[in-house]
Amino acid sequence: MSTVTTEEAEAGFVPKIVAFCCYYCAYSAADLAGSMRLQYPPTIRVIEVPCSGKVDSIIILKAFEEGADGVYVAGCLEGDCHFLKGNFRAKRRVAAVKKILDQVGLGGGRLEMYNLSAAMGTRFAEIALEMTRRIEELGPSPIRPETMAARAEAQGEVNQR
Amino acid sequence: MTTEAATKAAGTAPAGGNGRFATGSRLERVLKAGHFAVTGEIGPPQSSKSEKIIEYAELLKGVTDGQNLTDNQTAIVRLCSMAAAVHVKQAGGDPIMQMTARDRNRIAIQADILGAASLGIHNLVCLTGDHQTFGNHPGARNVHDIDSIQMVQMVRAMRDEKKFQCGQEMKSDEPRMFVGAAENPFGDPFEFRVRRLAKKVAAGAEFIQTQCVFDLNRFEQFMKMVRDEGLDEKVYILAGLTPAKSAKALQYMQTVPGMRVPDELIKRVAGAEDQKAEGVKVAVEMIQAFREIKGVKGVHIMAIAWESIVPEIVEKAGLLPRPRVA
Amino acid sequence: MIVAEPKPIAEVAELIKAGRHVLVVGCGECVTVCQAGGEKEVEILASALRIQWKIEGLTGTIDTQTLVRQCEPEYVVELAKKAKNADIILSLGCGVGVQFIAEAYSDKWVVPGLNTTFGGGMVKAGLWEERCGFCGDCVLHLTGGICPIIRCSKSILNGPCGGSQDGHCEINKEISCAWQLIYDRLKALGRLKLLDVVQPPKNWRTARDGGPRKFVKEEAMIE
Repeated sequence: MSTVTTEEAEAGFVPKIVAFCCYYCAYSAADLAGSMRLQYPPTIRVIEVPCSGKVDSIIILKAFEEGADGVYVAGCLEGDCHFLKGNFRAKRRVAAVKKILDQVGLGGGRLEMYNLSAAMGTRFAEIALEMTRRIEELGPSPIRPETMAARAEAQGEVNQR
Repeated sequence: MTTEAATKAAGTAPAGGNGRFATGSRLERVLKAGHFAVTGEIGPPQSSKSEKIIEYAELLKGVTDGQNLTDNQTAIVRLCSMAAAVHVKQAGGDPIMQMTARDRNRIAIQADILGAASLGIHNLVCLTGDHQTFGNHPGARNVHDIDSIQMVQMVRAMRDEKKFQCGQEMKSDEPRMFVGAAENPFGDPFEFRVRRLAKKVAAGAEFIQTQCVFDLNRFEQFMKMVRDEGLDEKVYILAGLTPAKSAKALQYMQTVPGMRVPDELIKRVAGAEDQKAEGVKVAVEMIQAFREIKGVKGVHIMAIAWESIVPEIVEKAGLLPRPRVA
Repeated sequence: MIVAEPKPIAEVAELIKAGRHVLVVGCGECVTVCQAGGEKEVEILASALRIQWKIEGLTGTIDTQTLVRQCEPEYVVELAKKAKNADIILSLGCGVGVQFIAEAYSDKWVVPGLNTTFGGGMVKAGLWEERCGFCGDCVLHLTGGICPIIRCSKSILNGPCGGSQDGHCEINKEISCAWQLIYDRLKALGRLKLLDVVQPPKNWRTARDGGPRKFVKEEAMIE
């Protein structure tokens, strides 16, 4: 379920997606996509991490708690992680958090794990587009700050009446 | 009750028959007289209905020397073995009461033994019991206060030393039970099975009924190990037999933990025109094979859901009429 | 150590839904090791519950604090400041911890976030298995260091039972038959004779059957 404010409905919903990208592969791929002048939606906020394995479950949840519409973790291809197993840890954590998101009603579909190499600039852009489309489909997070504020205001009005 | 006393008690139950009977059990008399014994089995119903028990008692009493009453078999609630045993006794049979360690603590077990003896039940088989997860009340608390070997020891002490498990003496009228236990020649660890049998004998078991035998080779291996330990002289072993109605029945039994069913046997029954008749043939052949194995003193026929076939099998195996004993 | 598992989030959410100021308390000992109720798990659970509250339109705060261990009053008092403002305290300690907190803050509603299951240890990363039956009269010297009370599903002392096959317990192929393990261990150590002794019935008075137990060490009672 998702609530859309009037402004959003008029403007068309623009997702806010956080992408945790590892320095060795995903972030380099992002750089490459940039130098290749590849087009992808401006919905992605990239956060560089030394390894996808640095992304702890709580960080993903915090992003959602603070209103992110979608999150993905992008690491090296399996077997190629610079820190050997970091991307496997990330994979398992993402799977566990997806379950939690399903259980609390936000939906695990808003979170994903991706693997790519530093040379895959095109793939980076592809992922960005893929995730954007998915989130557009799912709609804005029901707990976006603006939505929460609007709800509180509406509740305040109701209380006053 | 000390281990030494138990061993002593076990030693006073002669396997050869010197005419001295410890209980009023027909099975004991038959075995001590040196006859090849035959026992049957009745599974009580999941209700308070006694008619079928009585019907099977009538059917089995002339063709067997004792009839086992199972105790909440596979942990499914059934009419209790003591009450079923009383029905069998009233119908003229010779009940062999089974008791598991799963559902009762030592207080209840001793009380039930006193009760059973007071009702004229003379045979007791001490079992560990199938785990309750197999049954219809998997959430029940399992008791297992004592195990089957400790139970054997306890019952023998009640009978021969007139003592309760706590050491307190019984003033009079101790329960005179012929005490048996089960053994699975096909369980693991295989090499240890005979040592465990020795333990049961040391604890005081007077007769053993084995899990049903389909794998004759393995059973023969087991009996050889038994003879090597001299256990065949110390305890009466009755080989278990389950007549198979169909190849499907055999296939199901293959899935039960602790059972070994050779594939050739399944093929044989599957290939027969009349699977039931083939099943009877197989059963009769098994009994004949048992009689050839030194140390096997009888057969325990577990024909649950096919009780009606037992008279035919016993007859075809040449075991009728059952001997008259004092 | 004591091993516990998280209760399903739905169950926990139900337990705290009437609260407006919930305090989630973690424990730095056993439940940290089995990754069920340590600081990490506390933060994750709190965040998840906040997300759920936001979605469901429930107002209130969900705060957190993790103690060195919950089973010791010296550490439980450190909860005082945050506990003062809380109406529901959700403890992610084992059952012992929950009770110590409930006793120390008896005017607060204290609920468990874990299902405490057994005494055991880590077999490999991510897998903890039960090992000790807490019987109060240890017999590990009779079985080569393998507990027959708890690793045998029937607590047999003269095992195995007839259901042991291929080294597995009859109730579940994933469970080793304790008596197969005991047999193998004693055989390897050349002490199989131990198994020839008929073990007498156990005195369960020292186990939970005898009632709640305690351990007293006089020389440590300084007060």
